[in-house]
Amino acid sequence: MSEHMVTSPEVTFAHAPAEGTGRIWKIFWLLSFITVIELVLGFGLAKHWYGDPETSHTQILFVKGVICILSFAKAFYIVSVFMHLGDEIRNMIMTIVVPLCLFVWFITAFLWDGNSWKTLRNRYNGKPAQIEKIIPAAKEKGAKD
Amino acid sequence: MSTVAAQHETKWWSGGRSPFNASYGKVMMWYFLMSDAFTFGAFLISYGTIRFSQNFWTDPNKVFNSFPGFGHMDLPLAFVSLMTFILIASSVTMVLAVHEGHKMNKKGVENYMLLTIIGGIAFLSCQAWEWTHLLTGEHIALLNDGSLSVLPTTTRMNPWGAEIPHEAMLAALKTTPQDQLVNIASTIHHEGASHNLAEMSNTQLVDMISAAGIHANHTGPIAFGGYFFGITGFHGFHVLSGVVINIIMYIKTKLSHFEQRGHYEMIEKAGLYWHFVDLVWVFVFLCFYLI
Repeated sequence: MSEHMVTSPEVTFAHAPAEGTGRIWKIFWLLSFITVIELVLGFGLAKHWYGDPETSHTQILFVKGVICILSFAKAFYIVSVFMHLGDEIRNMIMTIVVPLCLFVWFITAFLWDGNSWKTLRNRYNGKPAQIEKIIPAAKEKGAKD
Repeated sequence: MSTVAAQHETKWWSGGRSPFNASYGKVMMWYFLMSDAFTFGAFLISYGTIRFSQNFWTDPNKVFNSFPGFGHMDLPLAFVSLMTFILIASSVTMVLAVHEGHKMNKKGVENYMLLTIIGGIAFLSCQAWEWTHLLTGEHIALLNDGSLSVLPTTTRMNPWGAEIPHEAMLAALKTTPQDQLVNIASTIHHEGASHNLAEMSNTQLVDMISAAGIHANHTGPIAFGGYFFGITGFHGFHVLSGVVINIIMYIKTKLSHFEQRGHYEMIEKAGLYWHFVDLVWVFVFLCFYLI
């Protein structure tokens, strides 16, 4: 047993209390900085990339991708430092992080599905269903079925 | 370094102790939060699916562009940035409360918990203003029957479709019934008494509206309001319950319950929940406001 406070008999050793609050404030400034960058990029999108008519759909999509990655970085720092998951032992971290990998499929599959709906709707909306007409091959005279 | 040594000597899975070196309550809080992450994830992903399936989606920068006290100024992202910073700040005060708890500093825990509670209430107040602003908003939209109407943003109405050209709006005014013309005219002249407008003829009203140079939109996708109010409401409810939990923790700290127990682990568990609320906001902010 370590001399630090032990919260329950199940706990083998308590984490040594952090020396200071330096790390907390560092992460606070980092999160604020990332948020400001996100806002600058988001404001650019709001003004259609600061009023540039040449901006293509791909460029807009790229900026949105960058914003998504920055948000994941924020999520990582909140979970790892503020929630202290980074200080837990490895087995514990894995039981949380591994199930969350399901999100990779979850996001990909469902956005793909939504996009597929759009494609199908645009193809068929307002048009009568087109039934392919297959012309049966002409029967030979005298041939029996 | 003593912790590293302890880890090597310990037989984690031989029973009698937590293989995760964490108390039952804390481990279960983590698993609860993981399941809650899937709930929020499912909501946000379903929003994404619907959004991807539409040719047109409402531009959030047109919907969320006002700030209390600034009237009709176009300020996209401004108010929601304030809300984001309030939540980040309250997250920091929460982690500082946990830190003071480790040092068994009762006074420090009390102070930081109080600041966290204030941050949470400030966030909820901002959300209340934002919802009220949307639900009581007045925006001119072209209905499917070809007439114009004044609509708020609700779970059933979305006045945020594509903007219609001025000529199309003038044509639509001709088929708009008189009561709607009065509503539209009253959005232009808030201070003007509406009973005067009701007495005006259709032609007078149409002339007045045409001269004002106002814009009208098509109606937008209905799903927008449902997803916005549903998901931000579910998040807001988490914030509310987080504030209630934090108030209970504050009172228990005040009554020296944790001091007598010899540890402040309950503050840590409440902190996990509070940080999770902040974490979810990162993604709500991303999906509804930024992109």
